[in-house]
Amino acid sequence: MGEILKYLLPLPIPGSIYGLGLMLLFLSLKVIKIESVREVGEFLIEIMPVMFIPAGVGLITAWGKLKTMLVPVGIITVVTTFLVLIVTGKVTEMMLKQKEKKQTEKMQTGEKEEQDGSGDL
Amino acid sequence: MDQVIFNSAASGIVLSLLAFEIGTWIRKKWKLAILNPLLISILIVIGFLVCFRIDYESYNSSAKYISYFLTPATVSLAIPLYQQIELLKKNLAAILVGILSGVLTSLFSILAMCTFFGMNHAQYVTLLPKSITTAIGMGVAEELGGYVTIAVAVIIITGVLGNVIAEAVCKWFCIRHPIAKGLALGTSAHAIGTAKAMEMGEVEGAMSSLAIVVSGLCTVVCASVFANFL
Repeated sequence: MGEILKYLLPLPIPGSIYGLGLMLLFLSLKVIKIESVREVGEFLIEIMPVMFIPAGVGLITAWGKLKTMLVPVGIITVVTTFLVLIVTGKVTEMMLKQKEKKQTEKMQTGEKEEQDGSGDL
Repeated sequence: MDQVIFNSAASGIVLSLLAFEIGTWIRKKWKLAILNPLLISILIVIGFLVCFRIDYESYNSSAKYISYFLTPATVSLAIPLYQQIELLKKNLAAILVGILSGVLTSLFSILAMCTFFGMNHAQYVTLLPKSITTAIGMGVAEELGGYVTIAVAVIIITGVLGNVIAEAVCKWFCIRHPIAKGLALGTSAHAIGTAKAMEMGEVEGAMSSLAIVVSGLCTVVCASVFANFL
């Protein structure tokens, strides 16, 4: 795992996103076995919040510039974050429900050879 | 004073970890969404630095090693994504439309509010990438002529905010499906939101990681179009 990561690390920004894509590709092609990376990966993901602390503390260095436009930026940030959460969640849920409905209708009209996985969750 | 404390290379790391421990402890004790361990630890560390007049550079000279782990951690997000790949394929249309709707909502609402507040072009393009991951967002802000430091600050504030409010918002608006929750978090609050999605469950986490990548790429394309509007 370490070797793989070292190989992925020197990629340019956004290297991490590049790496995510590559990793997914390697896992799908079975070049990397899931067992060999799962434990380290899950540990890294678990402690991920800690890794954002230094960046968050870095806010104090941008404070001088941010101060002058604090109120509008604050309002914009809060409002858009709320909106995006709600819209993404609601739209996805609507789409999923529509699909489930279609699949149940299909099953009711007898086309049972289609996979019966209406709503996997 | 700060010489003594910050002579050791590990002190910034110790301070961050200690703050996070306190944050987790406070969260366990009161169980309120606003008592987010990440938010608390950021505030504790800022408070500490200000109290002892330690500048950010000397703190970060050691704390930056914590940030180095972000790259392998982001790469690791491929693991839950891989484990949920069947679910992804089955619901591809819903997932893509959901993420795109979120990206457009973000860009439109930023455009509308920047017009309302009479902000200039540079301020506007600084805010455009606020919902996407820092690595991509910095690039977008820079390319469009925004202020990179402010862009990073706003991206992080957005992430922490999303991380803190997500559970409540999902409850209030009856967003129950794990796929919908995960996508909402990843699209609105990138990696910091994904950290929350991971706590909620495996499907949420995987969908949130997917949303980081897709919404990041969508925003790169759409933001350059939106930049012409103000």
